[in-house]
Parts: sequence; C-alpha cells; structure tokens
Amino acid sequence: MTAQIITTATDLAPAYDIIVVGAGPAGLTAATEVAAHSISALVINESSEPGGQMYRAITRLSPEAYEFLGPDYWQGTALVDAFHASRISYAPRTAVWSLAPAGDAPLNGAGAGLEVGISLAGEARLLRARHVILATGAFERPMPVPGWTLPGVMTAGAGQVALKSAGLVPEGRVVLAGCGPMLYLLVYQLLAAGARISAVLDTTDRRQLPKAVPYLPDFTRSAYFWKGVKLLVKVLSSVRFVRGVTGLEAVGNGRVEKLRFRTGRKWNEIDADVVMLHQGVVPDISLASSAGCALEWNDRQLAFQPRLDGDGQTTVSGISVAGDGATIGGAALAEVSGRLAALGALASIGVLDQTRKADLQRPLQRMLARFRRGRSFLDILYRPRDAFRIPTDDETIVCRCEEVRAGQIRSAIALGAPGPNQLKTFLRCGMGPCQGRLCSLTVTEMMAAGRKADPQDIGFYRLRPPVKPLSLGELASLPATPEALMAVTGSPLGGLHSSPGPATPEALKAVTGKTTPL
Amino acid sequence: MAYLGRSDYVVIGGGVVGVSIAWGLARAGVKPLILDEGDLALRASRANFALVFVQGKGLGFPDYALACMAAAERWPQFASELEAETGIDVALRQMGGFSFGLSQAEMDQQRDAREKIARETGGRSANYEVLSYRETRERLPGIGPSVAGSIFCPKDGHVNMLRLFFALHAAVAARGCQYRANHGVRTIEPTPEGFRIIGDWGEVQAGKVILAAGIDNQRLAPMVGMACPLKRDKGQVLVTEKCAPFFPYASTVICQGDEGGIKIGSSTEALSDSILTNQSLSAVIAKRAIQVFPQLATLNVVRTWTGFRIMPPDGFPIYEQSRSAPSAFVAACHSGVTLAPNHAFGLAPQILAGRLGAEFSPFTARRFCVPQAH
Amino acid sequence: MFHKLIEPQETLAFTFDGKPLKAARGDSVAAALLAVGIIAFRHSAVGGEPRAPYCMMGICFDCLVTIDGIANRQSCQVDVAEGMVVQSQHGPRVIDGRIPE
Repeated sequence: MTAQIITTATDLAPAYDIIVVGAGPAGLTAATEVAAHSISALVINESSEPGGQMYRAITRLSPEAYEFLGPDYWQGTALVDAFHASRISYAPRTAVWSLAPAGDAPLNGAGAGLEVGISLAGEARLLRARHVILATGAFERPMPVPGWTLPGVMTAGAGQVALKSAGLVPEGRVVLAGCGPMLYLLVYQLLAAGARISAVLDTTDRRQLPKAVPYLPDFTRSAYFWKGVKLLVKVLSSVRFVRGVTGLEAVGNGRVEKLRFRTGRKWNEIDADVVMLHQGVVPDISLASSAGCALEWNDRQLAFQPRLDGDGQTTVSGISVAGDGATIGGAALAEVSGRLAALGALASIGVLDQTRKADLQRPLQRMLARFRRGRSFLDILYRPRDAFRIPTDDETIVCRCEEVRAGQIRSAIALGAPGPNQLKTFLRCGMGPCQGRLCSLTVTEMMAAGRKADPQDIGFYRLRPPVKPLSLGELASLPATPEALMAVTGSPLGGLHSSPGPATPEALKAVTGKTTPL
Repeated sequence: MAYLGRSDYVVIGGGVVGVSIAWGLARAGVKPLILDEGDLALRASRANFALVFVQGKGLGFPDYALACMAAAERWPQFASELEAETGIDVALRQMGGFSFGLSQAEMDQQRDAREKIARETGGRSANYEVLSYRETRERLPGIGPSVAGSIFCPKDGHVNMLRLFFALHAAVAARGCQYRANHGVRTIEPTPEGFRIIGDWGEVQAGKVILAAGIDNQRLAPMVGMACPLKRDKGQVLVTEKCAPFFPYASTVICQGDEGGIKIGSSTEALSDSILTNQSLSAVIAKRAIQVFPQLATLNVVRTWTGFRIMPPDGFPIYEQSRSAPSAFVAACHSGVTLAPNHAFGLAPQILAGRLGAEFSPFTARRFCVPQAH
Repeated sequence: MFHKLIEPQETLAFTFDGKPLKAARGDSVAAALLAVGIIAFRHSAVGGEPRAPYCMMGICFDCLVTIDGIANRQSCQVDVAEGMVVQSQHGPRVIDGRIPE
C-alpha cells in the first residue's frame, strides 16, 4: 500500500482540510497522524523522495552498503514505511512558493482558510486549506569567513547530501571546520565511507563548557549522549583534530587551495581541495515569515523562530510549524513535534475535541520537554563564536547573491539605517534569489552588535512570495480573477491602467468587499 | 525620554520626498533634522518602479503636467550634483519611455488622454509618438503579437531607486543633517516660537516643520492647520532575477534596473490595507508582461512587493503652506522620484524663504474643499 | 574532488559544456558534475566570481547552470536525465532579443 502519489497539477484538489509541507521527520509523523482521520489531507514535498534532509535518500540506499550512516539514520525507515502505509495524498517534486490567509470567500463556511501557492511539473496552482502544518526543517547556519564563496568550500550538510543522495566521497585534501554534533557525525560517516580527512578544525569555544555543565545531567540522560560520546571518541582518534580555532580564511585562485586558521595568536595554514564548514543549523522560516507569522529571537540557538503555542500554532490562524523549522532539536524531537502539531491541527478543524487532543498530547509533550532539556547542553557548548557569525574583516562577503561585503554593511549601519529592511534598500543585500537565507542572520547580528541592541528589536528581512523560484510564465498560468484583472487593468475583463489614476466608482464597486484588512 | 533641543528645520519623513527636500535645504546652508519611523514602516520609497515619467501625466491638471516636464528637465543636474557630492551614480537613463496598449480600446484611451493634456497645456506638454504594432516592433523587436501599439515619449526615463535613496541619505549626512530613525511623530503642537514635536522617544522644538511623511501626512497635517486627504492605493510589483541588458527604456509594464533585475508592474487596489502580496494579482501582472514581451516567460520571479502610493483624491500632489501656522509645510505625492528635483531645487528654497510661490498654489489641498482643522 | 562510493549499475549520458559525461540514475546534476571533478559551475552575475555548490539543498543558489536551454536552474534540485544538455553560466542571464538603444 502506498500513499496516493500526485504527479500532475490536475490531480490536485482545489482545497484540502490539512496540508503538510515537508516530508522530513516532522512532516512524516504529522502526515501519518493526520491520515488516521477521515479528512482530506495532502503532503507536499519539494524533493522526489521522502525523508527531508535527515533521512535523505533513505528509500533508495542499500542498508548494507550504507550501514555506516548509523542507526539514527536507518530508524527513519520506520517513519517512511508508516507514511507510505497511510492513504494520504502525496505530491513529491512540488514546491510551495507562497502561503497566506486567503482573505476572501469563506471555505466550507469555516472562515476563509489559507491559500497555498504550489508549483508542480511547471504548473502553478493556488490551493486552499483549512490548516497548514509547515515542516520545512532547517538549513546550515551561514559561516561568513573570508573566501567562503570559493568553489570547493561547502557546508557539512552539502557533504551529507552528496554522500547520501549520490554516494559521493570527497577526495584530495579534505578539511572540515566548525563545531557541533553534525560536523562530528559527518566526519565519522566519511571515515567509514573510506574518505581520508586531512584535519578537523574545531571552532568550539571552550569558555562555553562551564556554562553548559549545569545541563550535563539532562544531556547524559538523553538519547543524544551515548551516541555523541562514541562518535567523538572515534573521531578524535582517527583524524588530526585541532581545537580552539578562532579564525578561518579560505584562500585560492578560482577554487579553494588552502585554509588558513588561527589558534591562540598564531595563524597556520593547511592545503585543502574540499572544505566543509558547519556551525549548526537554523530554522527555515521563509514560508512562516512571508505569511506574516510573528518570529522571535532564540538567543540560546542564535536564530529566529516562529512564535508558537503548545500546539505549534503560529500567530496566524491555521498555520502551525513542527520540527526543526520551529526550533532546532534534531530528528527525535521533530518526530514528536510533528505529531503534536497534527493533533493540534485536527482539533482546530473540529475533528478532535479539546479533551481528547489534550489526552493524546500529554505524553508527547513530556517527551518533547525531555528532548529539549537534553539539547540544552549541546546548544550551549557548541554556541558558534562571535567571530564566525559577525565577520570582522571588511572584505568578507556577507550577501553571497549580491556580493555585498561586511565593510559596506557597517558603513550603512553607521549611516543610521534603522533595520535590515532599510539596509537591504541601501545595499541590495538580501535581494538575491536566496532571499536572505544566507545573509539575514549575519545582517541582523551585525546590526545588533553595531547598535548594542537585541536581535529581537533589530528584526529581520521582510519576505514575500515567491519563496521558491517560480517562472513568470508559471505565475501567469494561474487563473485570473475579476478582482485581479480590475486591479491591474482597470476593468474586470482586462483593460489598462496606463498610470495610477483616480479609482473610478466602477472600479471601487467591483472590488467592494473583496479584501479584508489583516 | 529625550529632549532633542531645538532645530530650526525639522523634516518629518525620511523617504525620497523628505530626503530630497532636506537635501535642498542643506544645499542652501541649513541643517534640517530628519525624523523617520522604523525599519518596518510603510515606505513607498522602497516599493516603486523608479520611473522619471512625463507622458500621460496631468490629465485635467496642466500645472502638474508642466511640473513633471520641468522635473524631467532638471533630473540630469540633480543626478550629477548628487554624484559629485556622494560618489554615487544613480544610473539616470532618459532614453524615452513606452506605454503599451493591448487592444485598440486601450490605445484610443491613452492617445485621447495625451491629446487632451497637450490641449490643456497649450502644447507645452511632452511630445509623443503614437505607434502602430508594426512601428512598435521596429523599435522593440520581439514585442508580442497581441500588442496593439504603443506611445513613445522621448522625455521619459528611469533611475536606480535604491541608489538614489542611498545617495540622498549619504548627501544629507555629509552636509551635517541629523537623521533619526525610530522617531515616529505622535503629535505636533504649534507654539509661539514654532512647534513642539512629540513622540515616544521624547520631543524636539522646531522653527519650521515640513511634513513629508507619506501616508502619515493625513494624520499630521490637521495638527498644523492643514489637510492632506489621501485615498488608499496599493500597488504590487514583481522583480525577476538579474538579466543582461535587455530593455533600456522606461515603461509602466517593465523597467530593467542597471543591476539587471527587471521590475514588472503594475496594479492598483483601493481596498486592501494588508502589506501581503496577492498571488492572483501577480498572475495578471505576469500575464500582461508576457503579452508585451513573450521572451520573459522563462525568467524566475525573485521577489514581489507591495507599496501604498501616496495618493491624494485626484491623483495630483499636495503642496501647501499652512495659513494658521505659516512655518508648517506639507508635501505629498506619488511620483516622488520623478519630482525629486523639483523638491530639492524648487520647493526647498521656497520653504527656506518662508513663502511658497505661485507655482505651488494650484497644489494646495484647499482644492478639495476639505474643511480645515480648527 | 569526489569519487563514487559504489560504481553505478546503470549510467545516463549527458553533456556539460559540450563534453560527454556519465551520471548514475538518481544523481542530481550538481552531484554528477562534482563527481567528474567540475570545479566552478558558473561565474556570478554581479562580480564574475567563480561559484560552485555550497548547500546542495536548494537554498544557496550558487549551483546555477543552464539545463536544456533554460538558464538559472538549480543543479542540485534537478536529476540528470538521459541526453540532458548542461552548460555553465557566465554573468547574468541573457534574454533573447535584446532591444537596441
């Protein structure tokens, strides 16, 4: 039995009760939970395969050949199997490029619901949903060091994707740099796959250890602990491990050739053909942010995350977030969070009553709290150093897309730009196709440091759809509503506004009652 | 709560209108204090097409048509002075602009409007050419087959808006003006010596106050004995990924920035007050653009945004000096880019002199017969 | 820069800048290019800088190549297909039919 797989836009219903975005651990458990009820539901996956980033390629890899990926990876098979056994509609290779309150005619008499813009096989559609669970996960925190844009420099996550999805093992002089459990895990996996690693340059700040120690008991009791210890022991004994790295610089002509690094007061260098950087992951907030959900700064994890209640519900009615997209916690936490969000969504559309929901959620919430406590030690110990979040060298590129450098940003901050959006206006940083995913945190933290303010008060780039690439032609293929035609052409059938002129009484009448203030 | 002392000139609003006026004042030797809101304020300056457009402007209001012409004529000087002061080239391109008609009815409507403007201005408005589909195609190869025709005006142009904004801010800073963000104004109280301007941040005394606060002018103007009625007009724009130079002219359908991205517009919504973009609208905007230039269809849209135009009820600017408090002035318009030179070189010196001249009389809000605040 | 852990049973033929290459079924274009040692995938639109994949998961937009005539495709998001024509990019995307000044 498999889920009903959707391969063309015409197979999509115009509306669903619940749409789950993402098929990583949180999306898979949310979908499986939701599918147990008689409602119309859809799971949308950008990739062609389920598993997200954590369980990437899990349906394709041979457990024998890839045993070294570890038990934490392979336990994902159970999640995927349960997902496939549910009868939920599933649209792989489908991007979600917009999400917003629908704002017009009520859906099923229960409020207007949400509008979800999707793109599948080159066609765009606007779907409706009464509730959307965002499970879009996380991505690597940017690590803006000089030379980080050179070919051959990539993230540890990229190394994992290459290994899992294409069986690629780096060769030549391979250097990994950064800190955090995912980095050490990758080292372990690469060594097991036969890679030879020249060095691991560890940027962990030892001063964090005494701050992390009070959280050690919870950590030792958690699932993270023993795996972490075994991993680290193997890694430390197998590679050249340089501790206390406080500076990094990738150097080369047309590609990375050397990685310079500082320990103490000394700069050293090591030849490198491939450099993999890592200093943790951060929530992917694009859809939540562009839908108007309130975000808050998590100072423990140094990232923005959506403001959520116990059901994972955001500040926009009908949108909830689960998994690493809510707060970083790893796969085990994501699985629990997905189920919690699903139960919340089912209650909010009236399928579960509040008492039943609370009963089902209670044990999950206890698990969630235990996982969160276990995480604290890691979050504190592996807090990335200031120098790797706020570049000191003026020539370091901060916005990779528009090639805006740290020095330019500092000058614009000095000019008085009140926040990241005004800065974006002055310098174009954040205006490229990545829409600030790789520079937003850096910019916010640079402003916060420069102004001696809190990142929460500085804020973040305002995001607008499409949050995934969408061609003009695909966008144009959406149906034209009379209201939209009126707004663009001055006539509900299509005419022309040559320049914005006074709105005629006819125009006003045509759009009367259409939009509701937010 | 801070007391910022006294400033002879306070400009409320740090958008292109406010900073253009402030720069004009600074050029004349004074150092206005500029009060601006925060990072997420509604800012029409961040959400526009950056056209320096004259064709079709001022139907029924010949003084405005001529003001736009004058502004376009002054733009090269405005740009070169800004560059001389700041080193920033705002990429002014005045190679002419096209309005496209996708039906004969659209062509007729546009042509009639321009003929009327020409009559109303006694022939002094901008020259233009009405082009058939074939004639349009000769100048713009690859234009879509459903384009009925176009109207070309050699005086139209465009500028890099973001660099203009940055340049103006840099220019006023270099001339010693103070710019304070997160200083939104709650109230303005006329006093015997001028005005007391109060916000959550504290207060400042002003000798002269210039309201250039966009949408917020509507709330502030009555406090100083004026009215600035505005109607809601939300516009939406799409922007594509960077492309090699493709379209050097100005138009209201597409405008390519010097950095490569192509802006695509436009729309007007009277009822929405949400800042979120509307995807159905984006679809229609996209469709029209592809009808004009079919080769745009495979380009990726990198972002969309919305802006609320500063739109008085008849669509024409409001410039006024308060009668009850003659040291207060208001400037509100939706063509802040086109008119920037007028604001810097025309309006600012007259504010300095203490009296708005006859050229601004047709633009007072009294033309709406709106009851004055008491 | 990378080698394959397991030699593929079945390969697909594609070209990169005219050069005939092979990929395993299921490889993304980015992975296939990394596997054969391609260093720079493009030169950036702003500064002409050489760029290559950074994130391999669709958020960095540095792996852009032209695939079957369509520019600015994220190579990490597209699987290799038999006969695919892939080209590196240099500078901003060119639209057909530049309007003369």
